[in-house]
Amino acid sequence: MSAIHQSPARERIDLAPAAASRGPGPTLEQQRSRVAWLFVTPMLVAVTLVAAWPLGRTIAFSFTDAYLDDLDNWVVIGFANYVALFQDPLWWRAVGTTAAFTIVSVGLETLLGLAIALTLNAHMPGRGLLRAAVLIPWAIPTVISAKMWGWMLHDLYGVVNAALLKLGLIDAPWAWLAEPELAFAAVVAVDVWKATPFMTLLILAALQVLPREIYQAGKIDGASPIKMFLRVTLPLIRPALLVAIIFRGLDAMRVFDVIYVLTGNNPATTTMSVYARQQLVEFQDVGYGSAAATALFLVVALATAIVITVGRVNVGGERR
Amino acid sequence: MIRKRLGRIAFYLLIAGIIFYAVFPFYWAIVSSLKTGSSLFQVEFWPSNPTLENYIALFQEQPFARNIINSLIVAVVATGISLFLALTAAYALGRIRFRGRTSMLLVILSVSMFPQIAVLSGLFELIRTLGLYDTLAGLVLSNLILTIPFVTWVLTTFMREMPRELEQAAIIDGANDWRILTRVFLPIMGPSLSAAGLLAFILAWNEFMFALTFTLSTDQRTVPVAIALISGATAYELPWGRVMAACVIVTVPLIILVLVLQRYIISGLTAGAVKG
Amino acid sequence: MLRIVALAAATLVAQLSFTAGARAEVTVSISCSSLGIEQQLCQSGSEAWAKKTGNKVKLVATPADANERLALYQTLLAAQAKDIDVFQIDVIWPAILAPHLVDLSPVVSEQDRADHFKVLVDNDTVDGKLVAVPWFVDAGLLYYRKDLLEKYGKPVPATWSELTETAKAVMEGEAQAGNSVVQGYVWQGRAYEGLACNALEWIASYGGGSIVDLEGKVTIDNPQAAQALEMAKGWIGTISPKGVLSYAEEESRGVFQSGNAVFMRNWPYAWALANAADSPVKGKVGVAVLPKGDGPDARNAAALGGQNLAVSKYSAHPNEAADLVRYLTSAEEQKRRALEGSFNPTLRSLYTDQETVAANPFYKDFLPIMESAVARPSTVTGRRYNQVSSAFVRTVHGALSGEGTASATLVDLDKELERLGRNGRW
Repeated sequence: MSAIHQSPARERIDLAPAAASRGPGPTLEQQRSRVAWLFVTPMLVAVTLVAAWPLGRTIAFSFTDAYLDDLDNWVVIGFANYVALFQDPLWWRAVGTTAAFTIVSVGLETLLGLAIALTLNAHMPGRGLLRAAVLIPWAIPTVISAKMWGWMLHDLYGVVNAALLKLGLIDAPWAWLAEPELAFAAVVAVDVWKATPFMTLLILAALQVLPREIYQAGKIDGASPIKMFLRVTLPLIRPALLVAIIFRGLDAMRVFDVIYVLTGNNPATTTMSVYARQQLVEFQDVGYGSAAATALFLVVALATAIVITVGRVNVGGERR
Repeated sequence: MIRKRLGRIAFYLLIAGIIFYAVFPFYWAIVSSLKTGSSLFQVEFWPSNPTLENYIALFQEQPFARNIINSLIVAVVATGISLFLALTAAYALGRIRFRGRTSMLLVILSVSMFPQIAVLSGLFELIRTLGLYDTLAGLVLSNLILTIPFVTWVLTTFMREMPRELEQAAIIDGANDWRILTRVFLPIMGPSLSAAGLLAFILAWNEFMFALTFTLSTDQRTVPVAIALISGATAYELPWGRVMAACVIVTVPLIILVLVLQRYIISGLTAGAVKG
Repeated sequence: MLRIVALAAATLVAQLSFTAGARAEVTVSISCSSLGIEQQLCQSGSEAWAKKTGNKVKLVATPADANERLALYQTLLAAQAKDIDVFQIDVIWPAILAPHLVDLSPVVSEQDRADHFKVLVDNDTVDGKLVAVPWFVDAGLLYYRKDLLEKYGKPVPATWSELTETAKAVMEGEAQAGNSVVQGYVWQGRAYEGLACNALEWIASYGGGSIVDLEGKVTIDNPQAAQALEMAKGWIGTISPKGVLSYAEEESRGVFQSGNAVFMRNWPYAWALANAADSPVKGKVGVAVLPKGDGPDARNAAALGGQNLAVSKYSAHPNEAADLVRYLTSAEEQKRRALEGSFNPTLRSLYTDQETVAANPFYKDFLPIMESAVARPSTVTGRRYNQVSSAFVRTVHGALSGEGTASATLVDLDKELERLGRNGRW
């Protein structure tokens, strides 16, 4: 860091790393590299401390036949768990259900989140209160809100059917949580209700750091609001939007609570996480369950890689 | 003129719709919390005999106030640590080009790709080895695995969008990186810090699986676990009124938190640092 | 000054070595329910024991949800934790948790062992060890609306066909009278363990066995079982609402207790609630044994539920813990729990005891129900019970939802269970 003090005038102009080093001392880039590692290390240490052992252990167990009631006696069985997993039609059904769930719910959450964030970005009285109100679904613990919705969606004494019947939109109570298609829709609806505030909040934050000048410029040019949004706003909030989508996607692909509380182990709504948990906890099969969890991880990693590539997310952050 | 008025009305209808959509179940929770017994099975939009019995019983039957404080401690500390670690890391990851930057970000992201259940027993072992079983410190530690990756990525993304000019101006003035981070960027990171902080706080506040497994004594438990253990008369009877009362009590501080944070969100680059 | 300190120290050391010889007070941790009256009774019972033996007792609160609780138990036992000494375990868990539990045969006297319901003792005996002692028992019951049956002049059904007909008749009658909300029969059809109980009851009542017999042979694929499933399938949408496939105990109780069902299948706990002061059906509810099926092998069958007490192998005080179990499961304590909380005793003699019957009139009929109780095959399938149950529930739920015929479903289930059980070796 002292190098910057010593020769600020010279180094400032040329921030790009030079092909050859400038004499005996470290270049500014190398200097800042060291600083960067210094800044990053505490976070890395924390994450490694907390995550390395649990994750490593899970992956290691996936290659054994360990059982929960006898965790010290296991034998390495190579890829046998994975082979069994890929031959299980229930696993593939769970993968399909997870994919459908993720695409539909994250899609809806993004659209709704955008709409609500744009609305809340406008100046209006009571803006703060509105933002707090919108956050409520996310603020309620998942298990409780899932149970709450389960109660509201009860076919005979739930308020949803009562309201729909009164409004004349349906003529007989619908079994929201029982019929396979309706159950899927119900689970998606509850998840969307719960998670939209997450998207809203992040998109709102992104909207708020946009300089007002761009809107004024747009108004002068006479652009319609929609054009303004598509041409100006959207590209500018794209990075934050994509990060929000990625993390929501990660959550959706690992979803457990909502599904389990509302529909139990109903095969029509079983996701990969429900499947893995069933193996690990109910069946006590630590080897096979860990393989399912690791396979889940691989699927999620693959999906994320696709999103990052297609969305041209700038992970490396190279300036264009 | 009419167009504008229609536009206005449509706008307010939209707001009303959004509020209804978000708030109705919470309103329903409030209504249910004021009912007891068989009346819970009736559909009413306001209870016929409202009673505060659930709220009172909630604090009498378990150390609920203590549980709330526990949750508060865990959430605040975990969020605080995450924000601090993530902010410094985000500065490096967002503003400094160095080897391994991309891989590091991807590795951090991959931590968030494992289902919580997979991490549970490994983390349990870790916590027991560190002697942190049945303590709030153990919960803080385990929540970090959930909050740090997310907060790091959000802050990195926002950090990257900060204009170069600010940084260059600071370097010309002879500032080192720490100064740049704290004096130049930090003041204008209000929106992203608040958003990431709030979401991380809620994540830690509502976290259930780790809290259930890593604490055993009633006075070390956090709110979601306390709610799950709420007493009904029998194993099958869901003490719905009490649960809803707990839900209402627990959500209110979060709403207050959001309202308080509103004032600290500085909209846009109002610092006036960039001219021309 | 120094002399006084030295004297004090010497006295202190002398005191300590004196008391070290005497029996130290021990704290036993017990995880029994954390819910309402159940917790109160456990607390008062344990504290009485503590007083009697000069020890201390600590109650640990664990989740009410069976799966959550089992997961927590397993996590603790796998880590060989000493935090909980005595565990309250569900009737289907002895075989799953057996490797971690102490043999409690010395704790139960010969007399008591003969008095406990045999089906429970067999259920709790794994590899010759009595790994848990029965504490209280539940069995599936048929609840019915006395007033509605009287109104339409119908008797309490003895077979499922009668139940179906009666339910239809009452539903039609009520609909004509303008009340079309009334359902015929509500039960637990969600894809969880409760469905395993309901389905087992249907199948066993037709003489279709209990999925896996006591020798470990898979017996599910038989015509009576298929008949039973088809019957249940026929109920959905006719006498049972379509939503029944997502009901657990509370959802079905909600429908029955608000007066909107003629029949309900549920555990005994619903009785007290149905007759509570604010219940719309107070005084109008009757309880009977679940109906039989048709055919020569038909029998009454109620699924066995209930809880047992077990001692962890890793406990720091196994003797004291075992003694606590002995006390809590003794006749005296079980009688107290029956009188104060209607917890059904596991000792046969208590069902003919005057005081208990006076407090719980339906105990008169409970004895025959208990004698006809069917245990889920958890003990014979051991550590794989959850997988068996899961496969069973999944296929039954699928068949009920219309995904295939009953017989085809059972053939697939049979194959899957054979594979799981490694052809009977489990």
